[in-house]
Parts: sequence; C-alpha cells; structure tokens
Amino acid sequence: MTEPLLDVTGLTAEFVHRGETIPALNGIGFTVAAGEAVGFVGESGCGKSVMARAIMRLAPEGSSVRLGGAVRFQGTDLMALSEARMRDIRGSRIAMVFQDPMTSLNPVMTIGAQMADMIRRHTGFSARQARARVLELLDDVGIRDPQRRIDDHPHQFSGGMRQRVLIAIAVSCEPDLLIADEPTTALDVTVQAQILRLLMRLRERHGMALMLISHDFGVIAGMVERVNVMLGGEIVETGAVEQIFAAPAHAYTRALLDAVPRLDAEGRQA
Amino acid sequence: MSEIGLLPVDAPATAPRPTARRAGYWLIATGGVMLAVMLIVTAFGPFIAPYNPAAISPDSLAGISAQHWLGTDSIGRDVLSRLIIGGRTTLFITAIAVSLALMAGLVLGLLSGYMGGIVDQMVMRALDVVFAFPVFLLAIAVVAALGPTIPNLILTIAIVYTPILARVVRGPVLSVKRWDHVEAARSVGVSEVRLVVSHILPLVISPILVETSLTLANTIFTVTALSFLGLGPPPPDPNWGGMLAEARQFMELAPLTVIAPAAAIVFATLTFIVLANGLRDMLDVGGQR
Repeated sequence: MTEPLLDVTGLTAEFVHRGETIPALNGIGFTVAAGEAVGFVGESGCGKSVMARAIMRLAPEGSSVRLGGAVRFQGTDLMALSEARMRDIRGSRIAMVFQDPMTSLNPVMTIGAQMADMIRRHTGFSARQARARVLELLDDVGIRDPQRRIDDHPHQFSGGMRQRVLIAIAVSCEPDLLIADEPTTALDVTVQAQILRLLMRLRERHGMALMLISHDFGVIAGMVERVNVMLGGEIVETGAVEQIFAAPAHAYTRALLDAVPRLDAEGRQA
Repeated sequence: MSEIGLLPVDAPATAPRPTARRAGYWLIATGGVMLAVMLIVTAFGPFIAPYNPAAISPDSLAGISAQHWLGTDSIGRDVLSRLIIGGRTTLFITAIAVSLALMAGLVLGLLSGYMGGIVDQMVMRALDVVFAFPVFLLAIAVVAALGPTIPNLILTIAIVYTPILARVVRGPVLSVKRWDHVEAARSVGVSEVRLVVSHILPLVISPILVETSLTLANTIFTVTALSFLGLGPPPPDPNWGGMLAEARQFMELAPLTVIAPAAAIVFATLTFIVLANGLRDMLDVGGQR
C-alpha cells in the first residue's frame, strides 16, 4: 500500500480563553488517499470546521488555539513546518473552499485582481499570464462571459457565482487536496447541485483529493466514497458510504440518519 | 420578480441616508474649492504676492489702499504679501507633520490591531502616555527643550497627533481582520503583510480619511497657536501665528493687521473641517457593509 496523501493522527485543538481551555478536537485520526473523496458529517459545533482549519493551520485570528497531534501531508508533518513554508503549501498544495461565498471575497478588489494576486503568489506568472489564467479559470467554473466579468467587483456577482469564483481560486494552482467546508450551505438548493457537480468535475479532471465537510447527508452521499461521522470533537464512525447508510453501527449515526426527512418513505405509505 | 412590486427592488436596506449623502457631496465640493484656492495661492505664492514680504516701507500701519490691498503692518510691510508667504510656512509645516503622524499612525494602528495580544497592549499603552499629555503642554515642552526650529515643530506636532490617528486605524482593523475574506485570502497563502495592506487597509480607509482631514484642521490651529506663542518658525519669515502676535499691540490702530491673519486661519481650518464633514456623510463612516 502506498502512503496516503494525508495522514492525520491524534489531532487535537483547544481554545484558550481567559485561562480556561475548551477542547474542540479530541484526538482525531483519519487518512485521505490521493484522489479520494472523503466526507465528514456531524452536527453544528462538533468540530468539523475547526478540523479543516487545523489541517491548514489557520487559527482564527486573535483567538488562541492550541493544536496538537500530527498532520502528515505527502510525507511532511505540517504541524512542524515554519509559517513561511506553510504559506507556500496553502493554496498551492492544499486549498480550501469556505461556507459563505457572500463574505469570503474582498469587497473592494475586483474578482480578477484577487484571483491574479493569488496565482502570481504561487507561480511567478507575469500580470498578463495571470490574467489569461484567470479568464481560463472563470470559464472553467462556468462564469459566462469572463472577459466582461473579470473586472467586476464581488457585489456584482450572485452567491452561486461567488462560490464558483472561490472554487476557481481554490483550484487555480491545481492543489492535491481540496477542503470544502460546507461549500453549499449558504446557497439555494438548485445552485447547490450545480456547485457540487462543479466540484465533482474539477476533482476528476485534476485528480484532486476532496475533503467534503457538511451537515447534510444528502450532499455527502452523492459525492464521496468514504464518510467520517463526527461528534463532540471525535470521529465516532468511519466507513464506505453504502455501509454507513445501510447499516450504521454507531447510535449517533443512526440518530443523524433518522433526522433526515425522507420523502420517499412517507410517500409510499400514504 | 418586479411584477409583484411590493418593495422597491433597487433600494438596499443598508444604503446611507440619501439626504446625508447629498449633503456630503455639497460639503466636499465646497471644501474642495476652498482647498484648491488655498493650494493655488500657496503653490504660486511668490508670483502672486505683490511685494517682498520682508520689505520695510515708511508707510506703516496703513489701511486698505490700491497699493496695499490689506494695508501694512507696524514696520510698513505689506500684509497681503506676508499673508500669502506666511501661509506657505504654516501649511507646509501642517502638511509634513500630518503626513508623518498619518504614516506613524497607520503603521502602529495596523500593527496593533492586526497582531493583537501583547503587541497591541504595548503599543496602545505607550500611545496612551503620549495621549495623556495636553497637546499644547507637550508641544511647548518639546519645542522649548529642542529650540523653535521648523523641523522640531513638525516633529512635535507629528508626535502629538500620532496616537489619535493610530487609534482610529486600530479600531476597525480589529473587526475587519476577522472577516471571512481575510481568512479566505490567508487560506490560499497570501502573506501577512499583503493581508494587511490589500485585504484589511482598503476596508478601514473611510474613518482614516475623515480623521486625517480633522487632524489637518487641528494642526493648522496648533501650528498657528504655537507660532503665536513664539514657538513657531523664527522671524523674519512670516507666518500666520507670528503675524497675529506682532499685530496684537496695534489692534486698535490697524484692525486689519489682526483680522487678516485671523481670517486666513479660520479659512484654512474651516476648509478641512468642511471636507471632513463631507467625507463623513458621503462615506457613511460608522455604518459600513
């Protein structure tokens, strides 16, 4: 067996607030193989987002978070890297798509400038090359008429389009791992489906591994091969999607699945 | 959508009150014109001034005449010429001092707001010490200790106004640095310096603009006051504060020698206050996003 792309062992995170420590992650361990899609489900506050940020070493600014454990990515322990080396990895090897596209873009920079900025940071492209790449990426994620939209500001884009832009930014350097933290939660259902399809397509094309974080079993089910169920800062169950859905072993997983309203079951009875 | 027509679709709930905005444009236009007049007179002062500001004539304390539009002072120097050239000194000191204070305020405020924690505490407490001194007392002490030269005056004023600007910068940085787009930018490997300069600073610029304009007004006042007290640029270079001080004794004989520099000070100060008010209304400082 080859080494997994990402191998997380004993990952802990605790918030330090006024001398008190509040645990958020209690020793999480999982692996992601290259090109694999892994889902993470759990209720609000179970540590999904903290985990995503911990892997990228993105502590919320101003709060004191203490991280522990090991995150081995392509053989290097990210926890041991210097901040400067970590910055090189962010965006180029591991990228992230955030929950709220409405606030995740800089409102005073044009879409093109934000994207070009990031591309040039990682590639050393000239301004012209970067702009060409931006146009290509915008077209790729399904923004119509990129030539005309590239110099627009975020407020001129709809939520779905902004999420497309954020995805374009995330995949612009063809990362090996994309972490999507509730990428569709803030969007309409119809737009959700489009965004998920887009993520799927890009993943297949670039052979990226995907960590999809969601509270929505429906979203997870159609997208990933393996699911980790999280509760209270721990992974309580892990397995193939079919197995988890067909025969959930953990009581919490059963409870979560039962909490999903089932149109088909109701319909057949009526 | 639009057939329903219950609510005006194109009126976002967060838009600034339109009347305030319109008033803002007017104030900025007025302030802009005043500023333009001041800058033109300052820039082309030596060409506009009818006389050499230091030239003495036997015709002392003269009133308004065709030769001397604003009369002459106690040793027969042309008041208008001195006003124009004196404005250059005053405005030059003000501009340099405020630029220095703004630069220091930006650096300290951004550093303090972005880093937070112990750095924030140290910077802000140090600035509090400066802040605690009354502006004039501090200025008088420094200028008296180091001597009344123009560089000293500039430095003093820059030091005095730095804490105010640093505070205005720091406040909004504290909140903007937590916004999602900053984290999103960090997640793609944008460096700390770039985060601050291109993802935080542009969003906190409005209150800084307003405060800078107000500081300019205050500084003009401070510079002229210090000059009035004899702590300004040394004579014979004319400056507004010095002119007031010299003319004080002859106020009853030649009121114009006092009124003219006083009016100039009021005009210059008012320019920046009007601009600051206009900017505040137009940028809707306080209610962003």
